Amino acid sequence: MSNSLNAIPAASSITDWNAFPDASGHFGPYGGCFVAETLMQPLEELRNAYARYLQDPDFLAELDDDLRHYVGRPSPLYHAKRLSRELGGAQIYFKREDLNHTGAHKVNNTIGQALLAKRMGKTRIIAETGAGQHGVATATVAARLGLECVVYMGADDIQRQAPNVYRMKLLGATVVPVTSGSRTLKDALNEAMRDWVTHVDHTFYIIGTVAGPHPYPAMVRDFQAIIGREARAQCLELTGRLPDALIACVGGGSNAIGLFHPFLADREVALYGVEAAGEGIETGRHSAPLCAGRPGVLHGNRTYLMEDANGQIIETHSISAGLDYPGVGPEHAWLKDTARANYVAVTDTQAMAAFHHITRTEGIIPALESSHALAYAMELAPTLRPEQIIIANLSGRGDKDINTVAQREGITL
Amino acid sequence: MSRIATRFVALQERSRKALIPYITAGDPHLDVTLALMHDMVKAGADLLELGVPFSDPMADGPVIQQACERALKHGVSLRDVLGLVRRFRRDDQDTPVVLMGYLNPIEAIGYETLAKEASEAGVDGLLTVDLPPEESREFLAALRPYAIDPIFLLAPNSEAARTQRICELASGFVYYVSLKGVTGSKSLDIPAVAEKLQQIRQHTRLPLGVGFGIRDAQTAAAVAQVADAVIVGSTLVSILAEHGSQPELARHKVSELLAQMRQAIDQST
Repeated sequence: MSNSLNAIPAASSITDWNAFPDASGHFGPYGGCFVAETLMQPLEELRNAYARYLQDPDFLAELDDDLRHYVGRPSPLYHAKRLSRELGGAQIYFKREDLNHTGAHKVNNTIGQALLAKRMGKTRIIAETGAGQHGVATATVAARLGLECVVYMGADDIQRQAPNVYRMKLLGATVVPVTSGSRTLKDALNEAMRDWVTHVDHTFYIIGTVAGPHPYPAMVRDFQAIIGREARAQCLELTGRLPDALIACVGGGSNAIGLFHPFLADREVALYGVEAAGEGIETGRHSAPLCAGRPGVLHGNRTYLMEDANGQIIETHSISAGLDYPGVGPEHAWLKDTARANYVAVTDTQAMAAFHHITRTEGIIPALESSHALAYAMELAPTLRPEQIIIANLSGRGDKDINTVAQREGITL
Repeated sequence: MSRIATRFVALQERSRKALIPYITAGDPHLDVTLALMHDMVKAGADLLELGVPFSDPMADGPVIQQACERALKHGVSLRDVLGLVRRFRRDDQDTPVVLMGYLNPIEAIGYETLAKEASEAGVDGLLTVDLPPEESREFLAALRPYAIDPIFLLAPNSEAARTQRICELASGFVYYVSLKGVTGSKSLDIPAVAEKLQQIRQHTRLPLGVGFGIRDAQTAAAVAQVADAVIVGSTLVSILAEHGSQPELARHKVSELLAQMRQAIDQST
């Protein structure tokens, strides 16, 4: 490990958060581009194309138009009055990413990357998926743009997310079960990388989270940052002030970074990333690398990982497939070390309780991933005053999870 | 001069092309790997490449992925592989050994500690698949005090400027990945490989090894006509996958295939 880890600056000394990552994709010691040689040229090609289209008014107009008319943006900032009143603390607002087309925040990114793929002349799209939300969002945009689509999904995840698998197939995608390793999201990512290296000339790899080699962590963040830009403006408009705290679940961390990033310079806004504590951090059966892991290199970037003493990646556990990942986006590692954001963890049981409570109290069935953020919001709110504001990212809807919930409670549908 | 450089000089004096077999350390067992290392030298290997098992071998096809899984099932670590090389060195001080693997197990030990321990164990080269030159400054600095060569990959899509830079950082030999794909892929386009090697030679005088996609004696011989070293991996590992429960038979079959390759290479060059 590099000595540069010793040189983490405090968040208060960082004046320009947009200066990260640097030109080579580093957030301090994290991020970077750790891939085999064959992927270096296509990543360079992607970086150049992305830098170019990020400045291209025509591209940005098309993206904006799609987000408005196809995704249904802006998503509402909803005041959960009944929940807030009941908890007796801060006012809780939900950023309703569950109301996006395809039911989660994932589509913000897949639209952006698919438009980029089209302009780069790529005819084939590949993706990895855990819960299936990113796979569905990718298959959706591929169908609309007439691109071939192959989605890699861990064989175990295919079992627990059957409705999403069928949705992808309906949309014309080929879903490839991944049976290597732990048969979950990390292995799907490995397999997608192997596909990319083999079909690199005409294939565009749409990574679903803020991980992977440079430029993915920055590019996916930029496409997801619309969540935070909207939330910031909506909060000012609705309440006349900025929120006191933002809360989002963190697997790879794309919905969280999307919400957090436009607020990084607002130092008075506290940021909370919520990892999956699974059966409890102390049991070792969890997916919380920021809370209980250590820095290493996986999937093209340096970040916090769940690994054993020998540097082997260990199996993770979470009731939510979308959080069941042993790494985390490198910018979160950076926000943790600079202490700009706080990272906490919520167990399966706590997330399930929040899932039921929000469903019954607000009439919204949240995704199990988002239920982790909501569980922490319910914990934090009573410690704050009623005039204070929390925004929790309701990153996806829970329809896809009803089989998991029913099964856990011994109910056959 | 490093053991790898010494070996290549000796080979060039005899106009002999290097045959470099790869097997995953600890598959099916470390003791079998040790026996295989000596077997392979006897069968005509000039350098040995040992795969360090990793849980997420992103650049490898199914054959080597499964070998990693088999080795990891009984907990084979990078330090175990160093121990294996130390045991090999008791009986063989001349054959260079290159470890091929991924960065994270190295990060877990630490660059300086790993460099020192690898050197003491008798390792001659480290090929770290997911460590491109752009990220390797501190790693290379850690290797510098020791006689360990950093082996870098070049790919069909490595452009001239990158090729130049990689050749400047590399020592020992340069590993040319013959195709866009993972280890164990099928088709190999010899004329395209020959053309690319010619381009690489404009940037370096280091020996050029070619790997990925060499499955039989005939292909090995064809590659030997254009390269300085022929690297064979997945095809040997699949023999171990098939006969792992009968180590004697597996050893015999690996030796047999390597001997055929050796003969074909020597006859064609």
